[in-house]
Parts: sequence; C-alpha cells; structure tokens
Amino acid sequence: MLTLIKGGRVIDPGNLDGVMDILIKNDRIIDITPLEKSEINSSELLKKQNAIRIIDAFGKIVVPGLIDMHVHLREPGQEYKETIETGTLAAAAGGFTSVCAMPNTIPVNDNRQITEYILNRARNTGKVNVYPVAAISIGLKGNRLCEYGDLKDAGVIAISDDGNPVLNSRLMRRAMEYAKGFGLPVISHCEISELSSGGSMNEGVVATRMGLAGIPNEAESIMVARDIALCELTGAHLHIAHVSTSQSVSTIRDAKKRGVSVTAETAPHYFTLTEDAVCGYNTNAKMNPPLRSAADRDAIREGLADGTIDVIATDHAPHSSLEKDVEFDMAANGIVGLETSVSLGLKLVEERIISLTVLIEKMSSNPARILHLDKSIKKGNVADITIIDTNLSYTVDSNSFFSLGRNTPFNEWEMKGRACLAMVGGKIVFENMIS
Amino acid sequence: MQFERKHILDMESLSAEEITFIIDTADRLKEISRRPVKKVPTLRGKTVVLFFYEASTRTRSSFEIAAKRLSADSISVSKASSSMVKGETLIDTAKNLEAMNPDIIVVRHSSAGAPHMLARLLKTSIINAGDGMHAHPSQALLDIMTVREKKGSIKGLRIAIIGDISHSRVARSDITGFNKMGAEVVVAGPSTMIPKGIESLGAHVADSSDDAVKKADVIIMLRIQKERQDSFLYPSDREYSRFFGLNRERMKKAKKDVLIMHPGPVNRGVELSSELADGPYSIILDQVTNGVSLRMALLYLISGGIRNVDTD
Repeated sequence: MLTLIKGGRVIDPGNLDGVMDILIKNDRIIDITPLEKSEINSSELLKKQNAIRIIDAFGKIVVPGLIDMHVHLREPGQEYKETIETGTLAAAAGGFTSVCAMPNTIPVNDNRQITEYILNRARNTGKVNVYPVAAISIGLKGNRLCEYGDLKDAGVIAISDDGNPVLNSRLMRRAMEYAKGFGLPVISHCEISELSSGGSMNEGVVATRMGLAGIPNEAESIMVARDIALCELTGAHLHIAHVSTSQSVSTIRDAKKRGVSVTAETAPHYFTLTEDAVCGYNTNAKMNPPLRSAADRDAIREGLADGTIDVIATDHAPHSSLEKDVEFDMAANGIVGLETSVSLGLKLVEERIISLTVLIEKMSSNPARILHLDKSIKKGNVADITIIDTNLSYTVDSNSFFSLGRNTPFNEWEMKGRACLAMVGGKIVFENMIS
Repeated sequence: MQFERKHILDMESLSAEEITFIIDTADRLKEISRRPVKKVPTLRGKTVVLFFYEASTRTRSSFEIAAKRLSADSISVSKASSSMVKGETLIDTAKNLEAMNPDIIVVRHSSAGAPHMLARLLKTSIINAGDGMHAHPSQALLDIMTVREKKGSIKGLRIAIIGDISHSRVARSDITGFNKMGAEVVVAGPSTMIPKGIESLGAHVADSSDDAVKKADVIIMLRIQKERQDSFLYPSDREYSRFFGLNRERMKKAKKDVLIMHPGPVNRGVELSSELADGPYSIILDQVTNGVSLRMALLYLISGGIRNVDTD
C-alpha cells in the first residue's frame, strides 16, 4: 500500500522545511521529494501504481507526529473517566501520534504486570502509540524504589510519581542515580506539600477575594531548585513537569546555563490562562499546579521563547461530573487538553511569541529527544505524521470531544488552526481534511 | 426603590443603595420583635429551608426566628441529619430540596462558593449564611445596621477589624460592606493572618493593633480559632492575647465613644477580655438582636417585598 502526502509544507525542525511530497509504503517513509521534482515523480508513480492513496496537503503543514509526554489515560482503574481507547482517540483528534501514560492509575503502574496490561490494551484498543511512564516509588508513596530495570524491559519510557511529589530527598537522589543507570529520564512533579496543602488555587488577590486558600509559587519553585541540585549531584536526566511559575522558569534557565541535564515542560493552560479563570468558582479552571498570575504566564511564555521550557505537554486529566460538579475546594484537580493543545499552541505562533517551527519542536522533536524516540521525517523511518491546518477556524465544543472528559476551561473558545490528520505507522487514525 | 435581587450571595454584588434599603427595611421590622405577639402574617404560605452544612447557633437560630416572625414555614437541614452523610452530593441534596418547592434556601457551607453554585443550578432564591472563608453578607449587613443605629451614619467612620483576617468571611464581607457605605476600614492582626492583596477589597493594613485601636470609631474583634496554632499561624493564646487581643490596657488608647463588636462566639480572655465583652463599649448583643430584624428584612425582600405577600 502506497500513500502520498502531496504538496504540504513539511516542517521537521532541524531537518526539513519546505513544500514537499512524502511517499509512504506500508508503515515506512520511502521517499521525500521537494516540490520542483514532485510533479514528475508523482505522475510517474501514478502511472506505475494504481494502488496509491493521495492525501492533498496543499496549504497545510506536515510535521513529525506530535508527542504529548504528559497524559492521564486513567486505565486501569478509572475507566469511567477515560480509557486507553477514548484517550488515544482524543489524542489522534488533537494531532498526537504518541502519548506518555502517567502511572497514577489504579492500581499504580509500579510493576511489570501493569505496564504490560497498559501496553496490551494499547495494542488492542489504542489509536496512537502509548508509552507508559512508571512510578518512581511503589504506590507513589515515596517509600521504596520501583524495579526500573524490569519496568524498562517491559516497555517503560520514563519514571515519575506525577500527581505526588517525591518529598524524601534521599529517595529522589537514589531514584535519579538508579534510573540513570537504565537511561530513564526522571519526570518530577515539583511540589512542597507542606506549602500547598489545603490550597485550591493560586495564592494572591483573587484567592483572597474569593475566600479560597492559596498555593504560593514557592511550593513549586523550591522543589524545582531541590531537584535541579539533585540532578547536578547525580548526573541523571531530570525533566520538570508542568512548570507554572516565573521562579521555576528562572531557576531552570540558570541551571541550563550551567549545563545541568534538565529539561522542562509547561501546559497550554499555563501559557494561556491566569488565575482569573477561576472566578465564579469554575472547577474547570482548577488544577495542580494552579493557574497563576499574569506575570507568571508571561514568564512561561518567555521561557518557551528562549528555550528554557523545551516541551508543551497537556497534562490531560479527564474527570467526570462526579469530581467536577461539586464545591470548588472539593473538586478534583486537572483538565483535559489533548483536543485543544495544537490550537492553543498556534495562538502563541499567531501572537508571535514563538515561531511555527519552534512550536513543532516543543510538541514533537523535543519530547522525542527527551524520550529517546526517533520520529523525524526521513527515509526509512516509521510514518508517524501529523497534518495541521493553520487557517481552519472553529469553536471548541466540549460535547464533541472524543475524550470522555468534558472538563475544559476552553469550551466555546474561538480557535484558528487545528490538526486535520494524524497518521500512525502509515495508518490514518484521524482525518478531518477540508480542502 | 424596588428590590429586584433574587439571591443574597455576597456584599460585592450589593450596591450602597441596596444595602441602605435592606437596613431601612430591617429598622422598620424591628418593632415586631418587641411586640407581645411577635408574629406578622407577611410570609404566610412561604417555605424557607435552612440548609446548614456547618455548625452554627447564632446565624441559624436568627434566620429561623426571623422566618417564624414573618409566618413563613421553616425547616432545618443539617449535614448530620442530611443524606450528605450517605454520600449524596451537595447538588443532589439541593435539587431534592428544591423539588419540594421551597421559596428560599438559606445555606451555610464550609466551601467558598457553594451558595453561588446552588444559585447557578437551582431556581429557588438562595441566601448565603456563610460560605467558607468567602462571605457572610447577613452578618455584614447586621453589623452595618448596628453601627448606623449607634452612630447615626456610616460615612467617614473608621472601622478597625482585628484578628484572623485570612480565614474570616466576616472580615471580607465587613470590609466590602463598610467600604461601600463610605467608612474607612483598617485591619490588624498577626502578619500570618493578613492575606495577600486584602487592600484590593478596600482595607488598609494597620502597623499594629494599637495603631488600629487608636483612631477607630468601631472595633470589630474576630474569633481566633485554636486549631490555627497547628498550622503555625500563631504561637500561643498568651502571646496572641498580649499583642492582638483587646483588653483594658489597649482600650486606654481608644476613643472615648468607641464601639466594640464581635461576630461571636467569643473566646473570652483571648481576643477579648470578659470585662470589655460585657462592658459599656460592647454592642455585641445589639448585633444579635438586630440580626433577627435584618434577616427578616432579607427574607421579606427576597420574597418579592410587598408585591408577593399574602395580604388577606
């Protein structure tokens, strides 16, 4: 089976940028032809091959498959919130061809059996590549290390106690050292619980007015500083999850200048929204870390622009109305993000905060590099490809999400640009091409 | 004026004109409580549900007495006696109550914003009787009523609020309410209990409690909760009382015609000495008395005032 992605602008940061055709045979890319030669080639091909599927990508952007390295798929254990099937369908619809599944499932992904279960379900019901992230500590409890060797053997791509911070510095140090030996990046959810507990939004004027207990920026940035120090001590690869504060950005920036092997991600809501979104006690604007001040949002944007923040990941956290249609302080943290991420990223491009190429870097090439994956568009590689229509305007309708979660603060937002095709291993897993 | 509000959720949403109108109405209703037969038929046939998810003596009995003096039927639902203990959500419990067609639900809840959520989801009128650390509008209104009664007007007065501002819904509603009425509000307390950006509600932060007491026309003392010691907000009652409590020594610095208020319940000897709580400056019990009239006014106005009343 041959597929030709024809006439799109191919952007593979550091590798390709230009209008070209991509020829795919079965699951692999077999040829990439710049525009000048493509007319001849494709017509010759057409003569030779009747069984060729042509995807008209004229006016669209063709990029290496997007990777969301921070997703909660909820399976096993909370299939009423999301399943591997619905979560990966949402991923495909959002333009992602790969997702990392965080380990806070029930039971926790802290052993080979759960990893294998997730991979098995992904093979049977998943639409995109699922790369499991295993726990740092057994049960996410911060007492004992998991068996990273066995977990890696089973298919784990990184480790994280996401959702919970690793409070014990000695355990974190050993986790980094031990994980380093297996080449696994350590993804850290940075939070000093003693400073955050009881809080349900950012500490500041809005929390004061609303009578809600606040979470100070330092609950995050102190832990970022600790983990960077441990990273320097151990030489492990540290990846800071969901950066939300200006202090964290400058701490990471300084560490990178020193050459520390640290990378960082932020989520679209942190570069788009501020704590004001909570007004009216909107539980769909409640997450951990919380939405911060406008100054923090601007610092996050700066961090994205100057390369301090390497990755945009969604922290896709589906919840049902059971967790969200309740009193604000009792509501669960988290929002869904897979199906709005590309559009919110394109807003940054439209506002000239980052270029389109840099956006693709942060949503594909950088996560791939951090996770030791090769998803670039080149001959012989597996065809994981996303096509983006940067001009398509639409209104977000959470009821039409593929995700089971409806918990988004972006419902009814006017967006411009979205993914219109996702291809995983040469197979189209989502298509919404409007020429 | 016509009172058009369906809900009373916080002081932020009320205008100075509305506040004055509510208090004028409460003043007029006050004589009912002095009659030998303390009951008028005004709200006959109306049903008021007192939905209290958090412990309360004063506010709950005040609303209940207010409802009864206006001849409304009132029932109380508390957390312990509700299906909440069986795991029913707030919304489900509230929707079930609504299905029985009450006219007003008075709600007290430990979560900020809970009454706002009910107001959004139910068709019934909601009165907020205190939500978390957010708002306690009926308390602020009765405080303004009591001060106006004693001082003649609010404009230009200096109101000092001393204590745990951070955790106090009374402080937030009082700051907003007194400000709207033209008073100057200063707050004082341990720095651990002064929340970020309290100035944005319209309060100045005093340098010390002495400083706050010195120029005040009214001093509102807040209850200090003992469990705050566990979260390191203050070291001991002894220290608190010495630096932030109101006692004879500190009172020497106050104006001669100062008024002392407290939303209750009082920790005698901690934030307020017994002799002051019971002394001539104290109008704490006047607050409680006015609370009934004020809540009668709220129930009456929310029910549509004279337009909706059974007059036969």
